Parts: sequence; C-alpha cells; structure tokens
Amino acid sequence: MTVMIDLKNVSYRYPVSDDFVLKNVSFSIEKGKFTAIIGNNGSGKTTLCNTIRGFVPHFYKGDLEGDVIVDQTKILDYQLGQLGEKVGYVFQNPFIQVSGVKDNVFEEVAYGLENLGVPVEEIIVRVEEILKLVKIEHLREKNPFELSGGQRQRVALASIIVMDPEILVIDEPTSQLDPVGTEQIFDIIRLMKERGKTIILVEHKMDLIAEYADDLLVMHEGELVMQGPVREVFANPEFEKYQIQYPHVTEIALQLQKMGTPLAFLPIRDEELAEALNMTGVKIHD
Amino acid sequence: MTELHLNNVSFSYPDGTKALENLTLSIVTGERVAIVGQNGAGKTTAVKLMNGLLKPTEGTVLIGDWDTKDYTTAQTSRKVGYVFQNPDDQIFHNDVESEVRFGPKNMGFDPERVDELTDWAMKLCGISEFADENPYNLPYSVRKFVTIASVLAMDSDIIILDEPTAGQDKIGLQVLGNLLQVLEEKQKSVITITHDMEFVSDYFTRIVVMANRQLVVDDHAQNVFYNTEVLEKSMLKPPAVAQMAKLLDFPFGILSKDQLIKAILTRRS
Repeated sequence: MTVMIDLKNVSYRYPVSDDFVLKNVSFSIEKGKFTAIIGNNGSGKTTLCNTIRGFVPHFYKGDLEGDVIVDQTKILDYQLGQLGEKVGYVFQNPFIQVSGVKDNVFEEVAYGLENLGVPVEEIIVRVEEILKLVKIEHLREKNPFELSGGQRQRVALASIIVMDPEILVIDEPTSQLDPVGTEQIFDIIRLMKERGKTIILVEHKMDLIAEYADDLLVMHEGELVMQGPVREVFANPEFEKYQIQYPHVTEIALQLQKMGTPLAFLPIRDEELAEALNMTGVKIHD
Repeated sequence: MTELHLNNVSFSYPDGTKALENLTLSIVTGERVAIVGQNGAGKTTAVKLMNGLLKPTEGTVLIGDWDTKDYTTAQTSRKVGYVFQNPDDQIFHNDVESEVRFGPKNMGFDPERVDELTDWAMKLCGISEFADENPYNLPYSVRKFVTIASVLAMDSDIIILDEPTAGQDKIGLQVLGNLLQVLEEKQKSVITITHDMEFVSDYFTRIVVMANRQLVVDDHAQNVFYNTEVLEKSMLKPPAVAQMAKLLDFPFGILSKDQLIKAILTRRS
C-alpha cells in the first residue's frame, strides 16, 4: 500500500502564540484508509486537519516544525491551490463554508468545479450526480443561506465531494444533523472509501466511528497519544484516562466487567454485546 | 414564575412557505422539555415563536399573561431567553466577559447583580478561564457555551437552548447536564432542541417529537422511544441503550445505562 499522508515529528504554534497546539505528532495513513481523529475539544484535532490540507502553515503562517508529506510531496512544496485539488476539506461549521457568492444550492455545489475550469456540460452531470447522492435534489433552487443547519451541512459535503479529491478531510460533518441524516452522511463517506478515497474524519459520535472507521488517532492536549485499528484502541485500558467518550456499548460492557461479569471480548458495536456476554439462547433481532 | 402556552399556533413565512402547523403546547414553571425531530421538522421555528422572535400567523403564544403579538421581541426576551443554534449569529463582543455581561447590564440590573450573574453564568458554563479571550479564538463548542452563559446571565424564567449538544465532547455534555440540574433547582423552565438521543434519555423525561412542521407526540421518554409508530413517522432513532435492550430481547422501557446493566445482571444470575 502507498502512504498517502505522512507526518514526522510535527509541532506547530499559531502566530503570536506561545504554546504549541501540535506537539511532536507522527503518523502515516495509507491510501484508501478511513481514519478518525478523536479527542476532546481543544486537543488539536482541527489544527491537525488544517495541517494536512496545508492551511497550516500556508494560510495561518506560524511555526511549523517537522515534515508533513502528502502524496509523496512535502506540503511546503505545494501551492495552496494544488493542495485544494488534492485534499477536499469539509468545514466543521457549515455556516462558514457556504461561499456567499451563489444564490442557489445547485450553483453553490458547482462553484468549486467552475473554479477548476471544468467544462460546463461536465459540471452539470457531476453536480446532478452529487445532489442525488447526498439527497439534496429538492434543495437545488434554494438559497444556501435559507437552509437549516442540517441542510447546509449536506450542501457543504456535496460541494467538496463533487470535486472528487483524492483525500477527504471532514471536520464534524454531522454535528447539526439528526440521527437518520447522520447515518446517511456516514453511508456517503463509506461510498467515498469504496471509491478508493483516503478519508480523515473528526467526529465525537463513537458508535458510528466503531461501525465505519478503520483506524483511530487519539489527540490529547496537542499530542497524539494513541493510534491504531479502532478495536485495539478502544480495548486498550489507557484510552480511559483521556476522558473521551467510548461507544455506548463499550461503556456498558466495561462497567459490567468492573462489576465482575466476564467478557468474551470487548464489544464496540451494539450487536456484539450478546456474544461478548455469552448470553446464549437469546433471540437476536435484526 | 412564568408559564408558556402555545395555542393552535401556525407560522408561515411572508412568501407563503409553511414552517409550523397548529402547535399546542404548555410548559409549566420549572419544567424541562426536550424537542426532537428531523432537520426541517419545525423545531427552531417553534422555539423562535416562544420567545417572540417570530409572531404566529395563526393562534396565540402566551408568555405568562403576555400575548407575544402585543409585545416587542426586546420585551419578551426578558422573560424567555433564546440561545441561537449558530453561536456566530449571536456573539458580537471582543471578549467573553463583555459578551456575557451585555445581557444583564442591558436589562438595567444594578451593578452588583450584573457582576454576580456574569460570574455565575461563566462558571456554570465552564468558561471563566476564557473571560478575557476573544470568542472567535475559541473552538465552536466553547463559543456555544459563551452564548449559553450570555443568555443565562439575563436570569429569565424560561430558557431555550437550540442544539447545545452539537459538537460537544464528553466533558461538554457533562457541563450541560450539570447546568440543567442547577437551572431546575432555580425553578427555571428549560426547553432544549437536540439530536443527541443519549443526552435526551439521560436528562429529560418529557419529550416533544416534531415531524413535517407538526407535533407528533408529547409524552414520557419511554412512551416515545418504545413507540415504533412514532419513531417511524418522525424518523427518530432510539438511544443506544434502547437499541441494545431490544437486541437482547429485554422488555419495554429500558432507557438508562443503569437500567440495562441491572437487567443484564438479573438475567445472568
């Protein structure tokens, strides 16, 4: 497998700040992997995303130490625009991402492709496909500023995946979405993974991470404190000390274990609980 | 002490788009209510009607004995505080403390009370350490707490929180949970819009479900999360605990982690 993103001893501080917000972070992500960055607020997750997409240091300036390598090239050797084509970034706050220069959703989603100089006929085909995929066809004529938070969040995602970047960095894409809408977003992300995209997701909803993601990066006060396959990280007793949410089923299983109930293994998905508890003879529903 | 009554309330935007149809709802003093439902169900419209930001096109909204149609939003907002869904729609000061202080100061409280309320609200929201920071240097989730503190500091009887759980981590959710307990002790009514069903089942017993601009049901959490018809109609997902209980074939009603653990231990013994 080829390494798509490689960070070596990366530290960073914003201009005029005394403190490093990233401290000696090293990891590599293989092409096609779905990696979730988790950690409590203020732990450096969004700054890490900004580093991968080159906004640190190209846009924010500040002091960057160590090497950030995206698709075999050091981030400092890219122009910001080149990185924009390679790394699609979906903003945490959809209220910010909407461009403000387009007055309907169709044009908003088409905006990125226009800037890339894609022929009009192709733009129309690609935008249509994405509107359908993200289930926002019915919003095509609406002004992006008249949409609800959840609707805007879908438009924000559509506007990025329409450009077909190799790497998707998605910062809390479901914070304003209802549970069904959230699952739809995760299904779209899974589809992107099936298309071979490398995906980096910041998210607090651990139940969904446990179901969809391959690997975890755990951030704590600017340091990358744990990394590895999702199941291994949650099963590591060290995880508990960072005060990060577990998947709900894991939390329950751990509590039962503390109360003396033996576990066959540590479940991270709801449907694994019966097996983990050896509760045989229990009828399992769909 | 202020009660809130919505009687057959409908709202349409000037272009004719209907946003809410025939909502009847009463919230008594000190009550805590969660409003849930899909995006676009009419939740935010409903709460904006409750504090007079929107006026009903049909029906009446009563805050105590005030009909919101007869009062300005500036007046009604003294009784019903609304924390916007998007903190950036609300924040306009350069430091956190000035933002929080603005409300109580503007209410004309005496300076001591302004100080007291400002400190209390910042502490309750866990933002005291950021008092001198520019709100826009803080993460989204902390900015949300700045806006909550700004509204709490106004000491209104009724408080509306629009998606306070969005983007919150475990610690943020604990701060919110604690804040709800404190407000209950102070006999404040709190209406919360959220998509976090675990948060709902941890902290709320009364749930108002909305779908397609209408009220679907207004009932106890158990009756909502174990009612298949309601769940399907409103496209809601029950909290994780209820889903696990169903997978393990436990009877109706389990919503909290403690209940589930107890049921598992009982079955094993």
